[in-house]
Amino acid sequence: MLKEALQQKLDYEELANCMRCGFCQPACPTFRETGYEAASPRGRIALMKAVADGVMEPDKDFVDQMNLCLGCRACEPVCPAGVPYGQLIEQTREAIEQEQDHPWYIRMARKTAFTHLFPHQRRLNRLGGLLGFYQRSGLQTAVRKLGVLNILPKQLKEMEAIMPDASSKGLSERMGATVIPAVGESKQRVGMFHGCIMDVLFQETNVNTVRLLAEAGYEVVIAPGQVCCGALHAHSGEREAARSLARKNIEAFQQAKVDLIISNAGGCGALLQEYDHLLHDDPDWHEQAKWFASRVKDVSEVLAPSVEPEAWDELPQRVTYQSSCHLRNGMKVTKEPVSLLQSIPGATYVALREGDRCCGSAGIYNLVQPEMSGNLLNEKMEHVKATQADILVTSNPGCLLQMKAGIKRAGLEDRMEAVHLVDLLARVSNQSEMSSK
Amino acid sequence: MLSDAIRSELRAIVGEKNCLDRQEALVAYSYDATPMQQALPDVVVMPQTTQEVQKVVQVAARHQIPIVTRGAGSNLCGGTVPVGGGIVLTLHRMNQIVEIDEQNLTITVQPGVRTVDIHQAVEARGLFYPPDPGSMVISTIGGNIALNSGGLRGLKYGTTKDYVLGLEAVLPNGEVIRTGGKLMKDVAGYDLTKLLVGSEGTLAIITEAILKLIPKPTTQRVMLAMYADMEQAARSVSDIIANRIIPGTLEFLDQGTIRVVEDFKQIGLPTDVAAILLIGQDGEAELVDRDMERIAAICQKNQAVQIKVATTPEEAEEVMTARRSALAALSRMRPTTILEDATVPRAQIAPMVAAIQEITNRFGLNICTFGHAGDGNLHPTCMTDARNHEEIERVEHAFEEIFAAAIDLGGTITGEHGVGIVKAPYLEWKVGAAGIEVMKGIKHAFDPHNLLNPGKMFAKESRNRVVVNRA
Repeated sequence: MLKEALQQKLDYEELANCMRCGFCQPACPTFRETGYEAASPRGRIALMKAVADGVMEPDKDFVDQMNLCLGCRACEPVCPAGVPYGQLIEQTREAIEQEQDHPWYIRMARKTAFTHLFPHQRRLNRLGGLLGFYQRSGLQTAVRKLGVLNILPKQLKEMEAIMPDASSKGLSERMGATVIPAVGESKQRVGMFHGCIMDVLFQETNVNTVRLLAEAGYEVVIAPGQVCCGALHAHSGEREAARSLARKNIEAFQQAKVDLIISNAGGCGALLQEYDHLLHDDPDWHEQAKWFASRVKDVSEVLAPSVEPEAWDELPQRVTYQSSCHLRNGMKVTKEPVSLLQSIPGATYVALREGDRCCGSAGIYNLVQPEMSGNLLNEKMEHVKATQADILVTSNPGCLLQMKAGIKRAGLEDRMEAVHLVDLLARVSNQSEMSSK
Repeated sequence: MLSDAIRSELRAIVGEKNCLDRQEALVAYSYDATPMQQALPDVVVMPQTTQEVQKVVQVAARHQIPIVTRGAGSNLCGGTVPVGGGIVLTLHRMNQIVEIDEQNLTITVQPGVRTVDIHQAVEARGLFYPPDPGSMVISTIGGNIALNSGGLRGLKYGTTKDYVLGLEAVLPNGEVIRTGGKLMKDVAGYDLTKLLVGSEGTLAIITEAILKLIPKPTTQRVMLAMYADMEQAARSVSDIIANRIIPGTLEFLDQGTIRVVEDFKQIGLPTDVAAILLIGQDGEAELVDRDMERIAAICQKNQAVQIKVATTPEEAEEVMTARRSALAALSRMRPTTILEDATVPRAQIAPMVAAIQEITNRFGLNICTFGHAGDGNLHPTCMTDARNHEEIERVEHAFEEIFAAAIDLGGTITGEHGVGIVKAPYLEWKVGAAGIEVMKGIKHAFDPHNLLNPGKMFAKESRNRVVVNRA
């Protein structure tokens, strides 16, 4: 029964800590869209508490309302009482998932993705190889011409159109080593967390991250044995799977003996930083999880104080920044990406209005909640357009894909590109693949 | 319970998706920001026009269904908790700024506009709407008017009542009235505008408001003054006023609050001081500078142990952080935070703070006090846990004594939060039996069948006045 599952999983102390002041509401994208109390963090917590208190049955409306939440966690920094809403929504989704009776094809798709694909980097890379073949063999062109894609929903079609070139090799294979020495004297030994999707679709960014870190004086270890961070699992109610991935990652980075663990994707970094919470009731792992969580940093936090922008190329362009929600609200990193952009010689940094608001990507949200996601993206692109920027910078792969799709949707492809922060920095500091060739 | 026929009547007025009676909606509109108050409505109705409000009221009147009007649900008196069930009428869809009139210096708004949006809209034109309740980022103007909200600028600029010039409202019989207008002078009959301000949704449903605007002050400056003794801080407040200076902001934090804030934010506040005053002035630059100097001198004369005048916007931000973080810091201490607003004449602040301290100690509770020293509006804030019934009982007794102490000092049980459910048992302490009778008479004249927000303002029984012998 969903009710019992929720009662068992929800942290009642934290539900009770919500004092219902409502200060979360202006920060919540779904509340702003709807104006509906239930579609706000205060409302959702009240619904969770009503179920926990046995006042309400967790019916279909309840489940739908929980699924409408983006999980962007913009409500957390503005909460006076410090309620960890992100944890509450994940506990809720875990209970829902546990009790959910999916149709067979969804069950199969989830099983394929969550059990057979994401936890296995090799399989992902192999799939990347297939995708690369599809993209480069002319098959993609043929498929697009034949209109086969028209059977896909609009959002999926948009995503297919902006899918970056996939890679079939792993990061260390590509770099030719698992340890990349620091340029000059090594400040610290850092572990590169390469992620799963990142390493297939955005390997360029991973390569650039490693190079920038080495250039900034860090010895970089691409810890062997690391796997997907588990964020997609945790956000989709598969917390047990996330826990098992967490244990593997902790082991991998402990063996690599690193001082810091570097992530270049806000969505991954935020969960990596919460491994201690994820494994808080696992006595065998909790201490090690704390070791791990306390070492996780976003790449921008490490680069901001160590780069030397005087040596960078001039970039006579307008640059704006759409923050990753989990980088901002989860990892609480806000200043470093902006200060890095502002330090690029010749570039004009323009603040993006509501750049702290979710773009609607939110993991797989844009695929499962196309309407809300589409509304958020349209509003986002209005603000993006107003910046008249040449480059739209983000700090997470999901956001990057969504921004690329947004640029295409708004018809701005000719005058604007979406770029990961790291790739832009690599470009101006001549560390990128392209410039070193 | 409402019959299906009534439900479909309501649906026909506002449309299927704006008339909700599914469980989720009923739970979501069963509470506001008041701790420990919750009751389910029968239906949630979301009108978009005055005509729709009128039609909903007509249906309610015909079938004798209670209506609780709701804005953002950010009040602290239980004002929008539907204790009698019935209809929660939420006005968030009526959220248009109708007009900003720069000739008459007025803004005309629908009730669902957020207070902060009014600020931004008028300030963009060099104008100013001063009321700034703590919840202004979420609160709606309709709620502010219904509760006559205050805020940090009360001392110099007054509260919501001082800015409402005219109202459109739907009466419980379905008639629409318009009161006041874009008028600074209007003595045609009883002042219904002022009567509706602060009437807590018990007399009529406000559907439009004309608000007064003033020119926006060009300069703002702030400072902190810290004191080893509460008495000295209080004397500084009185001396500032006695020197004919009316600061734009005059806030205070007691030692308990300072310690909790410092613990939470680490902004370098000295935790051994008894009180901190946050003093701000706004206006023309040279006048502001002159006032700030004179205020600093007055604080000095009253033995302030440290004075910090902000000279840059960053420093000002730092100074403001102490006060802004008070609620957040306090509310992290325990699950339940009860924020009260006992208010006294400003000359009585020191004895009031002492009384709160004494009561807190006697009941063995954790109550910290901060608030608007300039207008005597204090926020004794109790950190507790609603699940601990024994403790909650002590909290209730302590607050009873705090209200009584405020009244003894010539003050009131509520300065800006309203009566609602939570203060209703104490209203008689402040206004007397005759006062209650005349208020009930007014209520009866507007709403003879008691349909609008029943169970608020007037308690079934008044509490017996606590008598405390304070030696």
